[in-house]
Formats: sequence, C-alpha cells, structure tokens
Amino acid sequence: MDSPSVATANVEAPVQEPRNVNGGAEGEVHLAGVTRSFGAVRALEGVDLDVRAGERVAVVGPSGCGKTTLLELVCGLQQPDAGTVSSSPAVLMPQRDGLLPWLRAIDNAALAARLAGASRDEARARAHPLFAAFGLEGFERARPHELSGGMRQRVAFLRTLLSGKPVLCLDEPFGALDALTRHEMQEWLAQALAREPRTVLFVTHDVEEAARVADRVLVMSPRPGRITAELAVPPSRTPDELLSVRERALEALRSC
Amino acid sequence: MLALLLVLVLVGAWELYADLGAIDDFILPAPSQIATALWDDRSLLWSNLLVTAQEVGLGILLALVLGFLLAVALHFSGVLRRGVYPLLVASQAVPIVIIAPLLVVWFGFGIVPKLAIIALVCFFPVVVTTLDALRSVDPDQLKLMRTLDASRWQAFRWAEAPAALPAALSGAKIAVAVAVIGAVFAEYAGSSEGLGHLMLQAIPQLETARAYAAVVLLAAFAVLLFSALALAERRLVPWTHRPEGPNR
Repeated sequence: MDSPSVATANVEAPVQEPRNVNGGAEGEVHLAGVTRSFGAVRALEGVDLDVRAGERVAVVGPSGCGKTTLLELVCGLQQPDAGTVSSSPAVLMPQRDGLLPWLRAIDNAALAARLAGASRDEARARAHPLFAAFGLEGFERARPHELSGGMRQRVAFLRTLLSGKPVLCLDEPFGALDALTRHEMQEWLAQALAREPRTVLFVTHDVEEAARVADRVLVMSPRPGRITAELAVPPSRTPDELLSVRERALEALRSC
Repeated sequence: MLALLLVLVLVGAWELYADLGAIDDFILPAPSQIATALWDDRSLLWSNLLVTAQEVGLGILLALVLGFLLAVALHFSGVLRRGVYPLLVASQAVPIVIIAPLLVVWFGFGIVPKLAIIALVCFFPVVVTTLDALRSVDPDQLKLMRTLDASRWQAFRWAEAPAALPAALSGAKIAVAVAVIGAVFAEYAGSSEGLGHLMLQAIPQLETARAYAAVVLLAAFAVLLFSALALAERRLVPWTHRPEGPNR
C-alpha cells in the first residue's frame, strides 16, 4: 500500500551542534566558488549556493553533471579543491536507499540512534511513532527485501530524518521507482516535510519532481557542473505555475 | 531425488563391472561387498567415524573463526594484505604429506595435529571469500555510515561484518570436502584411531571392502556437514534467502 499518508509526529530537535566552518546559522548551507575535480575530469566548477534554513532546494541536471558530488561536499564526505563549503550538519540519503539488508525496517530507521549509543529498545521506541505517522505501520519488523520500492524509500527517508540533523541531502530519492509510485512518493515527501520541516537539498534529473517538491530549482550544466539557472517555485503551486517552472527548467537545460 | 537415481545407476554399473571379474576384489570391491563390510564392521566403523567427525567438525570451526579474523585483519591493514596474502596462497601449495609428520612430532598423536592440518586446508577459502566480501561492501552503505557519524569500528560492526558473514559460511561450505581429505591425510601421518587410520590398516590386510566402507561413511559425513552449514546459513543470515518480494 503506497498511498501517501502523513500525520503529525514529533521528531526530536537536532541534537548536534552545527559543523559550521565559516559561521552560518542553524540549518543553512553556503557554497562559494566550489570546484571539484576527479583526475582530469572537472565535476564542479565555480559553484555558488546559499540555502536558507528550512528551504527546499532542488538541483536538476543531466546525468554525470556532478549533482552527487555537490551533495557529498555538503555532507562532508568530500572536500572541495577550491572554494569553501560551510553547512550545518547534513545527512545523506544515498541514491539507492542504502538500507542494511540484515536489519529490520525499524532498526534501519533507528540506525542513527544506535550509532549514537542508544540501546535497541530505546532506538526502536523513538522510531516507532514515526512508522505509523509515515504510512509504514505494520512493517516495523519487515526486512528491506520484503518491502516494495516505495516502502524502502520511506524507511530510508525516516532514517535520514531520525538522524536529527538539520540539513537533509537527498540523492535522486525516487530515481528507482516506477512513475506511479514516484508520483505518490513526491506527494508523501512534500507532506512529510510540511510536518517535519528541515532544510532540504535534493538532486534529481526530473524537472517535474523538482517543481513539485522544492521551493527553488537550480539547473546545472553538464560537466563541468555549473549552476546556470535559478527558478523560484510559487508557494501556491497551481498546475499552471508548475508547468511554467517545468518549461523554464527544460529551456535552461536545453540551452546549457 | 535425481541424485538418488544417479547414485543407483552408478552403483548398478559398478556392481556389474566388479562382478564380471575384470578386476580383483582387493583392488575394486563390488558395492555389495562394501555393503556387507558396512554391516559386519559397523561398530568398528562407527567408533572410528566419531573420532574423524570430531576432528573435521572442530577443524572447520577453527578454520571459520581463524579465517574470518584473518580476513578482517587483512581488510583493515593494507600492509598486512600486501605482505601476508601471497604467503597465504603459498601455504596452500605446501602438500600436507610434507608437513604432517612435523606436526605429529610437535603435537603428538592426539587431536591437535589433525585440527591444525584441517584448519590449514580449510581456512583459505574462508579467508578469500570473506575478504572479497569485506572489500565489496556497497559504497553507498559506507557513505551512509559516515554521514550518520559512525566510527570506523561501527561501520565494520554494522555494515561490513554482516555483509561478510554469508561469504565466510560459503567459504566453509567449500572447505567441507577438503576438510575430510585433510583429516584422512592427518590420520595417515600418525594416529591410533579414526577412519583414515582404519583405511591405512585395512588396505595392507587386503580388507579393501572395509576401506571402501570407510570412504562411503566419509562421503556421507561430508554431505551431512554441508547440509548442516546450509542450515546454519539460513539461521544466521536469513536476509540472503529472500523469498521473492511482493512487488519489487
């Protein structure tokens, strides 16, 4: 059952102090003149990016334009060759859900608490209320291979949320899903974020998805990745407005 | 079922071949003679089987533990990997018959030299399969562990070790057959009991059927042990036996 359903839930407030390199308030992300190369391949060139606390920013671009690299820089998994990255603590949701096959769904979701030293029961107790709230009730004890693609993404997102970090970096969160499930999951994510506001930076190659979930859409050029256009999504998100954002994003993608 | 049928056909052909008298009984006994030996010598065979079974069981367990630990050590240390891995390969090229007497001199006629030999022939597949599995853990999972602030040890405990466990058990399954051969060699080198010892005595006494009966028991024991490991696998690593997901 993949229908979107989100109820209120209390996720604990972020527990860590921000990993601020250059100041920057809680939940903010700042990149200035960031360049990153892998050998002779220049993945990112001169990327400037400022994300406000609580803002949802989508990065769209063709495959291999350095979108994943951008997220890994923000999460501190890579260091830039030039420029500066400063961000509140950020957590990555990898492209394929990254669920651990040997853990049950609830233990996957509660992984961050276990790593922080909580006992299994404590961690489960913290994750449990969210299972019902996020349409996963009854699947607590399932192993990842027993879940549908959409369910796996929900568990992975829950794990990301439960890390308690103020910035969420989602790498093509719905890339592996079929069109119908994908659509449902976009609705689900938008509702989930309405309940549990976080700063979200997510990458996708789907401009429609970007327009449906994000407040702001950034368009990246193919290698070397640069930000070539920036589009605000009106908060009302009427079908016409979404269509317009989509058209302009596609236009920007074609011309880069 | 098919395996049973195949065995019946082979045994039938063997019986005919042996009965037609092309080869002396003390070179190749007929299956019927082996069956008779199995029955007549049952208490002798059984008591010796217990000895060999204990050697093989403990030896494989030892190989599994040592192999897993060594694979982990090699995984964590590049220096160790470069320095020790070639030696491991070389160790597998040393014929057991050469070192077995040395082990007997060191450790006597008891179970210790047998365990050493069985562990020596068995731990290699465990090390190789485990190390490969440790090195091919999904990079996404390791990134995830880092982004959740896991320490190196936690990444091992939560992501790498569980991923390597099925591989270690596969290695042990591969090792079962060589373990039995290793046990026989070890008993040849110096022992007062066990099926290998029994064979060593039976052949010069021209009791070839008894030696073959011992082989039948060894083969049956290997199959049993393999099945036990497969069962342990289902228990210990249930996630690898995935029933087809409902809608993936």
